[in-house]
Amino acid sequence: MAVNSITARILARASGKDRVEVGETVVAKVDKVMIHDVTGPIALDIIDDLKAGIPSPENLYVFLDHYSPSPSISASNIHRRFRIFAKTHKVANFFDVGEGVCHQVMVEGVVRPGEVVVGADSHTTTYGALAAFATGVGSTEAAYAILTGKLWFKVPEPLHVRLEGTLPSYVNGKDVVLSILGVLGQEGANYRALEFGGPGLRALSMSDRFTIANMSVECGAKNAVFPIDDITVNYLEEFGILPNSSSLSYLKPYEVESPHLTLNLDALEPMVAKPHSPANVVPVSDVEGVRVDTAFIGSCTNGRYEDLLIAAKILKGRRVSKDVRLVVTPASRRVLVRALQDGLIKILLDAGAVVTPPGCGACFGGHLGVAGDDEVVISSSNRNFVGRMGSPKARIYLASPATVAASALEGCITDPRHYLE
Amino acid sequence: MSLRRIEGRVLVVGDNVDTDAIVPGRYLTITDPKELGKHALEGLDPAIPGKLKERSIIVAGRNFGCGSSREHAVLALLGAGVKAVVAESFARIFYRNAINRGLLVLEAPGARQKITDGDKLVIDLERGVLVLASGETLPFKPIAREVLEIVEAGGLVEKLKKELHHGGR
Ligand code: SF4
Repeated sequence: MAVNSITARILARASGKDRVEVGETVVAKVDKVMIHDVTGPIALDIIDDLKAGIPSPENLYVFLDHYSPSPSISASNIHRRFRIFAKTHKVANFFDVGEGVCHQVMVEGVVRPGEVVVGADSHTTTYGALAAFATGVGSTEAAYAILTGKLWFKVPEPLHVRLEGTLPSYVNGKDVVLSILGVLGQEGANYRALEFGGPGLRALSMSDRFTIANMSVECGAKNAVFPIDDITVNYLEEFGILPNSSSLSYLKPYEVESPHLTLNLDALEPMVAKPHSPANVVPVSDVEGVRVDTAFIGSCTNGRYEDLLIAAKILKGRRVSKDVRLVVTPASRRVLVRALQDGLIKILLDAGAVVTPPGCGACFGGHLGVAGDDEVVISSSNRNFVGRMGSPKARIYLASPATVAASALEGCITDPRHYLE
Repeated sequence: MSLRRIEGRVLVVGDNVDTDAIVPGRYLTITDPKELGKHALEGLDPAIPGKLKERSIIVAGRNFGCGSSREHAVLALLGAGVKAVVAESFARIFYRNAINRGLLVLEAPGARQKITDGDKLVIDLERGVLVLASGETLPFKPIAREVLEIVEAGGLVEKLKKELHHGGR
């Protein structure tokens, strides 16, 4: 089978081959490995048990982001263990409490196009927006990659998504990926590589692309890849990375004869995933008026500067409904600082939001806004499984930060386009 | 895993059982399999951990283990005494985690329709079939070669030990 995917090209290079076939198993050199305070301890157990040294500590990235700052003694003890580990093994890329969600920090100048990156977290797929091969692995495999610098991969079959047109106002990357999930379903891309292309790429900011690559895993994708273009290059330059375009030509956009899925961005509406699956997607009009108790803007999916910006635009000069708690968790320190400098944080606070330190926050039900019984949550995060954000009796709706902000104002699920000037 | 034949009573679950259902987020500071096992599949039904004392094989629908990469999900099942999961299909990371930890995972299309909760089930690895309570046999998908290598090495950590000892990178 002719291989036509950036994923296969990256895996071929990383395994020292001219080309690889779909379904072929390769042992690839891994450029970077990421672990965090939930999945990391199991990897540390293995490394400690083996009494093994880490050959290339500079390739390891360690984050304390899920419990940040720690809400419990058990989490604090995990954090203590990590700090000792980082010192012992000379791990310089150690991101303590307050630095932000692993995936956001990893795309702030760490991951580079063409790299192979694995993380002990399913949303590692996010980095594919930078034309890298990035996928989530378990803790044992992360330990294996940390100790050997390599890992086996089956070359995934590509699933080509062609994007056309441009995004309407107040419709963004979240609505794009929710639409895709609605079509493909929860396992529609199982084991496959989502490869994005088409003229619509130009309409997507890096922030949109991160959101899309992030949630690709919700339809089972092994990874997601956006080709490199001017938007990617400009973004990387902000972080002082100057990609050499001639050597990266294999990561450029390419044509496919018959894409598996074509999405016309012009026709998109704000979308919402209803309980209890990220693929249970409907247009916002279907659920408008559903009463909400909590609104959450944050996570590796939608806790970026652009997300806070659109929320601030909607919330400016207005007040969140008395019946709603709006919790905003910037995804990283960098995001928070920039939002502070530009006055976004003040707008959010004036509107009645609670702004928390950077990190995962309420996304996985660990702290900073845990959902109670029968509460209804509208969240900009990526999962609405039963019990994900706290009580198994809570009901979680997923939407874009614009939709979450508009819903917080009204006290019920609301189409953000009502706030278009 | 030198087991050639696994026998047990089954717990039947549905499609898209996610890792939050297998181990809810609030237990993720635990890494001891026995402790995690006390909460296995609690997110699906709080009665399941109690039931797992007499059930050692899970029979599931499509996409078992979807969601997060938490290896805790596999550890919890192992800690609860689960020996194998037979499903229509598995989510990718869960599947790899299971192999790496020595939890047997088998894809057997059509099995769930023919198996009732509480049934006795025999997994015959030599013959590549499930033997149902009725005596009927049902084939499961053969295990891929590269996966078998890890299983034969006794899991990924054992493989790792060998590689480190040979000084191999
Ligand atoms: S923000 Fe949520 S989805 Fe992202 S890494 Fe943290 S817990 Fe996971």
